[in-house]
Amino acid sequence: MNITAFTFKKSLVPGLLLVILVALVTLPIYGSLYNVILVTSILMYTILTVSWALFSGSTGYMSLATAAFFGVGIYASAIFLPNTGAILPLLVVVVIGGLVSSLLALGIGALTLRLRGIYFAIFTFGFVVLILELGNWWEHAVTHTRGRFVMLVDNDVIFYIMLAIFVLSMLTTYLIRRSKFGLAMRTIGENEEAAAHTGINVTMVKVTTFAISAFFMGAAGVIWATKLTYIDPYVAFNPFFSFMPVLMAIFGGMGQIYGPVIGAALFAYLQETLQTEFPYYYMLIFGFVLIAAILYLPNGVIGLIQKLWRRFTGGKRANT
Amino acid sequence: MPESIVTILDVAIGGLLLGGIYALIAMGLSLQYGVARVLNISHGEFIMLGAFSTFTLYTVVGINPLLCLAIVGPITFIIGYLLQRTLFTSLRNSSPNQGAYEGSSMLATFGLMFVIQGIALQIWGADYRAYSYLNFGVDLGGAIFSANKLVILGFAIGIGVAFYVFLARTRIGKGIRSAAQDPTTASLMGVNINNVLALCFGFGAAMAGLAGVLYSMRIPLNPAMGLQYTMIAVIIIVLGGLGSIPGAFLGGFILGIIGEIVTYFDPSLSLAAYYFIFMLLILVRPKGIFGK
Repeated sequence: MNITAFTFKKSLVPGLLLVILVALVTLPIYGSLYNVILVTSILMYTILTVSWALFSGSTGYMSLATAAFFGVGIYASAIFLPNTGAILPLLVVVVIGGLVSSLLALGIGALTLRLRGIYFAIFTFGFVVLILELGNWWEHAVTHTRGRFVMLVDNDVIFYIMLAIFVLSMLTTYLIRRSKFGLAMRTIGENEEAAAHTGINVTMVKVTTFAISAFFMGAAGVIWATKLTYIDPYVAFNPFFSFMPVLMAIFGGMGQIYGPVIGAALFAYLQETLQTEFPYYYMLIFGFVLIAAILYLPNGVIGLIQKLWRRFTGGKRANT
Repeated sequence: MPESIVTILDVAIGGLLLGGIYALIAMGLSLQYGVARVLNISHGEFIMLGAFSTFTLYTVVGINPLLCLAIVGPITFIIGYLLQRTLFTSLRNSSPNQGAYEGSSMLATFGLMFVIQGIALQIWGADYRAYSYLNFGVDLGGAIFSANKLVILGFAIGIGVAFYVFLARTRIGKGIRSAAQDPTTASLMGVNINNVLALCFGFGAAMAGLAGVLYSMRIPLNPAMGLQYTMIAVIIIVLGGLGSIPGAFLGGFILGIIGEIVTYFDPSLSLAAYYFIFMLLILVRPKGIFGK
């Protein structure tokens, strides 16, 4: 009996994942257009959050550069996929957007290695606004435009590419967390000096992870731009996208790999619904939810569920 | 005088006029981050609140904007004081360490930014608004500056100096300075740390509110204007050294002058220049110009 329970438990998680994946892949068949678009934006936020947590969640460096990498992807899309006709195939541009973001992350990572704590957060945020202002200046002074138009892409295509990036980012996170590399990252998060003394190449690990996480942000930006169709520097480098992944990851709980996913999905759904249902009170309600989440859910939704579950089962298992 | 010297003087005085506001904003954030350890993303929203309150008080009720200083200052102080007493104190008590507290309090102020902006949108709407007060030219040795800018500078310096004297000479000021150095030791020496931190946050909010009252005389207002000034304040307190009140005050004037110089060459690059200097500073000298 023990054996059957064991195999049931072991196959539960992959089975559940398979069901979710099938439900997502077939969504355009049974879901309405509104649902497809809604799930696309939820997937976008989830990609940003998961790849943010990949770097910041484990190493403890709070990066606010997400909007910069995301925006670089958006601009790659505007340059290579203008509404006058695509210069390169869509998938190639997705990869280009990811790679350019990665390169940028390598540069930023190499520059900011010495910064700790809040300085890293301030620097990365300053970087977002610097790019925004330079982009503005460039559009005004050099190209003499305000914004750019991106070519129209079918909603189902956008959805499937977003889904593919999401699956890839989840797989990468899963594999990295299980590897020696992931262990090195968590060691850096616990104590960087100790990590360096045990022979971990701290610099290499930090910069590499930062670049990998930036790849998914940039790739997501490319495909997000085709959904926006009109972009300008304020849209592309909106600081909002720097803070949301942090809040979503905290909302979900960062202890587990699925925490940021659940946090992002719930939060993105909440945000989209508030924006359509209560457009006038959206900011007010959203702000209160943010503050309440930080105050009352320090370990996120996952932490809350675990706590309730322990209470429900009478605390038979140790607090892990 | 030769043309070039006149231009240089113009730019320098313009920088000082801008710097007065910057100094006030930065002193406020310096109190909140340097002592209370809250990197207040919603700092600019208090500027916006102060500016819009003045707009309404002046255009609807007819109260002189300079009198609004005496109304807006205490109100923003109370809001800030209560925020620290409730929200940030409970975050501080539940955070395992300093770093976690700085992170979570910063994110909480991001939420606060949404709340304040949401309220302002309900009351004042999303349009740009402006009013005209003391909007006539004053001749300063050949160069002409509008009177309200000079009044703003005078009040900004007055408030800054008054607050510095308060910090240096009074008992509460001493408590604030000791809390800035080491909160734990200060509380062991009989400083009511929760009260002092709340006072700091309150004073910080009040300075933003006062800056908003003054600044509303010279710029158009919009509920989304805050974040830009938060960022400017962050840049200045890094420039002047985190936690240094005189550093923030002087840093404000330095950044004002830099802003005017860049504006002279290309107005659309002034914000980009701020951020560029800021990032360079963090990399080369994170302690700031006046940091020890």
